Amino acid sequence: MKVVLQNLTKVFPSRNKKANEEVIAVNDFTFEIPDGKLIGLLGPSGCGKSTTLYMISGLQKPTGGKIFFGEDDVTELATEKRGVGLVFQNYALYPHMTVKQNILFPLQNLKGKDKMSKNEMLERAHEAAKLVQIDELMDRKPSELSGGQQQRVAIARALVKMPRVLLLDEPLSNLDARLRLQTREEIRRIQRETGITTVFVTHDQEEAMSISDMIVVMKLGVLQQIGAPQDVYDDPTNLFVAKFLGTPPINVFEGKVQGGKVYIGDEAVLDVADVEDREVFIGIRPEGFVPDENGAMCCKMRSVEVMGRDVSVVSEHDGMVSPVIRSIINADSGIDATATTIRYSIKRHKIFLFDKQTEERIRFEV
Amino acid sequence: MTEQKKLSVMRERNMQSETQKNKIGKVIAQILCYAFLITMAFVILFPFYWMIISSLKTVDEYYLTIPTFFPKTIVLKNYFWDAFETANLSRLFFNTVLVGVVSTVLSLVITVLSAFAFARLEFKGKNALFAALLATMMIPGELFTITNYQTVANWGWVDYEVNWFEGYAVLIVPFLVSVFYIYLLRQNFLQIPNELYLAAKVDGTSDLKYLWKVMIPLALPTLISITILKMMGSWNSYVWPNLVSKIAVDQPNTYKLITNGLRGANFTLEGSDRVNFPVQMAAVVVVSIPLFLVFIFLRKYIMKGVSRSGIKG
Amino acid sequence: MVDSKQQWKAWLYLSPAIVLLLVFTVWPIINTIIMAFTEGYTALGNIGEQTFQFGIGNFTKVIFKFPDFKECLINTMILCFATVPISTFLALLIAVCLNSIKPLQRLLQTIFFLPYVTNSIAVGMVFAAMFNIVGTFLGSESQLVTSPGIVNYFIEISGLGNLIEWLLANYPNTISWLTTTYPISWINDGSTYMANMLVIIVYIVWNALPFKILILLGGLQSVNKQYYEAAKVDGTSRTRVFTNITIPLLSPMLAYVIITGFIGGFKEYSSIVGIFGESMGPPHDPYRLNTMVGLIYKELPLNQYGRVAAAALVLFAIIFVITMINLWVSKKKVHY
Repeated sequence: MKVVLQNLTKVFPSRNKKANEEVIAVNDFTFEIPDGKLIGLLGPSGCGKSTTLYMISGLQKPTGGKIFFGEDDVTELATEKRGVGLVFQNYALYPHMTVKQNILFPLQNLKGKDKMSKNEMLERAHEAAKLVQIDELMDRKPSELSGGQQQRVAIARALVKMPRVLLLDEPLSNLDARLRLQTREEIRRIQRETGITTVFVTHDQEEAMSISDMIVVMKLGVLQQIGAPQDVYDDPTNLFVAKFLGTPPINVFEGKVQGGKVYIGDEAVLDVADVEDREVFIGIRPEGFVPDENGAMCCKMRSVEVMGRDVSVVSEHDGMVSPVIRSIINADSGIDATATTIRYSIKRHKIFLFDKQTEERIRFEV
Repeated sequence: MTEQKKLSVMRERNMQSETQKNKIGKVIAQILCYAFLITMAFVILFPFYWMIISSLKTVDEYYLTIPTFFPKTIVLKNYFWDAFETANLSRLFFNTVLVGVVSTVLSLVITVLSAFAFARLEFKGKNALFAALLATMMIPGELFTITNYQTVANWGWVDYEVNWFEGYAVLIVPFLVSVFYIYLLRQNFLQIPNELYLAAKVDGTSDLKYLWKVMIPLALPTLISITILKMMGSWNSYVWPNLVSKIAVDQPNTYKLITNGLRGANFTLEGSDRVNFPVQMAAVVVVSIPLFLVFIFLRKYIMKGVSRSGIKG
Repeated sequence: MVDSKQQWKAWLYLSPAIVLLLVFTVWPIINTIIMAFTEGYTALGNIGEQTFQFGIGNFTKVIFKFPDFKECLINTMILCFATVPISTFLALLIAVCLNSIKPLQRLLQTIFFLPYVTNSIAVGMVFAAMFNIVGTFLGSESQLVTSPGIVNYFIEISGLGNLIEWLLANYPNTISWLTTTYPISWINDGSTYMANMLVIIVYIVWNALPFKILILLGGLQSVNKQYYEAAKVDGTSRTRVFTNITIPLLSPMLAYVIITGFIGGFKEYSSIVGIFGESMGPPHDPYRLNTMVGLIYKELPLNQYGRVAAAALVLFAIIFVITMINLWVSKKKVHY
């Protein structure tokens, strides 16, 4: 089931009546989620991603715009009629019911022609439990389960009624680091097996990048960029997206373009014949630095962190905007940790230019 | 021994005697505590003890100058059926149970619905309305009694003779809504995460089903507390039933409650001016026993409710 | 998520409560005020379409002309100012002791809560029986079957009886406030006002203890143990720990039990009915022990609704003022 959002807007009335300020949580969203894909809605807190999710679920009514499931306009459709499964951040399992009762609960609400016999329901519940591998825990109460197990129950409960769209609100944020890795693969597997169009919300870019077919980056209610994770990473549309994706984060410098060259301070780091003279921000991915004795950039060495296959060189430069410069370099390249300076040349496709005022990307011939 | 060593030994001794002193002080404090508590416990328990043994004595034994602390002959006739007959207890028992059960059930329904609306639904003026309700809790109930008496009298629920519906309704209806119970339950409902409600909505659960399947089970302890307090309230209510049945001279004991019967009954022995205290005490025991049973089995819930209320019933 | 569906649903769910509250709570408040400020309002006059004037006559009549008003107010005040401090102090002592012991704690806690789940009329009758002098002289002195009651019996065997008898014989004035006869007549014919009051105070304190103990013990148990450990490390003495740590940390609960105690005290009625019956006093002087609430119930069937309403408002005003004073004091003293 593809999901289409058309000019979707959500305005919350101001909490403070006197100030009379409205909060625009989601501003004029338009995008299409292809059928059967896993989509990550990504952005810092307060960017409107959860609101978008709730609007897709029907729990919140959009102020403007439309939502389509396939060809059906569901904007005015009540939540329960949309056929969505929603997994909450805190799982929202009913604490007084066993796992089985929790999973059965949505089925017991079905009415009319969808109504099922007891056996059918049990079978379905069992299938769902098996899918998320909790079929041995059916008679436990949620309080007797670990966080990861609760998460699976919540997913099973959302899946049991075979939703058209599965929605997950920060599904991993309540898990510890190891479980998180495990669970995100689990979500990927479940999504692949069921083929249900799945939207999940996260503020963790790594999480989103690692499992999504497509990510949607948002900021302050405004959609920034949509695309496959690698595409967005390699080709960000603005400084915000470039900064938001990638660990370690992108290194940002102040500089200018003059006479077809990019200057950081007075070092010309790159030739860009097709860009006019202007003030710019320059973003360089950590893996974009190549140690080079004849390189254009000269940085003060601070420290070298060994990470096994790679080393991370921490250095400083007068033109930098980020607190330090971090580069990832192959451990074999023989970095002299005792040196006071290091010279780099820059990989052309790992450097991005952004307009100083609008912070929009300035493209150039790679 | 050097001076320093002497000093340290002395200090050690001092400390030892200090701790010993402390220990002795602690033991004495504990003994005093127990002595005081046990004395007070006797004071608390004595009326109950006296009530029970008196209820089993013969009248003559009760009137002895030197009181006996255990009945010489146990007279169960005081209970069966002297107490029941003298104070009309069986009818009043029935009345009280009926009034208690009906008013508790109705009161629970009203309380649950209101608390749900205040805790989970959004509507205009919610906070103002809730604040107004809380404000009424400050006003002493006696202030309402006057007008309520007029109101039920106007409806014909108070008269020389009333039918069964009027007779019971007048005892039940005016006390169905308790702002305190609504408040208590609303607080409990608010502790249930909102996500459960949203999750249920996504699954197509109706409000009432959600209330029944999720909120009520989760708030069960509070509901039990409310049930007990309400039942105890009916059991102990005296003033209002007394007031509304005062003019019912044609049917003086038909629609009273048990406490009225107890206080209103005449326990004087026939042909003498002696009060039959053993039978009176037996009636008191009969009235008290259900309360004690509730106390023994449901102490946890009562204490929980009480510690948040500060009111009886 | 305010949508119109939720709006009407909410009002639907609230409707039974609102309807009942309008009839039995809101209307009474309005009506009471109207009646109280309507000169000489009576129910009979109202039916006879008599017209009434607006005024404060009911209040002046209640306060200055109602024969019982002053008595009732004094009785109520005495009960409040005697029972609240006594019961609070005892409850605090019991709670602190209970909190410091381990064996028997639960059993004693249960015993101390027992009076709460009683019918105050029923147990009042037990207290009356315990204080009652019963029986008559039948036949000769040797066949005396007068029972002075269990309380007088305890006074006798404790030796206090001798003292009272001696006082009565030699200095009757020193004890006439309590009794002129021996055994002491507590609630019977010829009993003194103070003897009556003492009985009621004992009963009310007995009845009020459980709730106060429950709250204070709950407060004590929720005090963070670290404070006590810190005090121990500093070598603080037990009394200092009590006055400087326990009491301040317990002050919100103390304030709570004192305020509810005063409110309950001003509404005292059924304890006295339990002991004396609806006559609210010993046989030779009925209504001697009447309270503010008792006054309202006494006057209610007499159709003098205007005055009764005024009396109820006066009671409300007193409770309100006392509560405000309490809150004002506790604001200065209580550590939240």
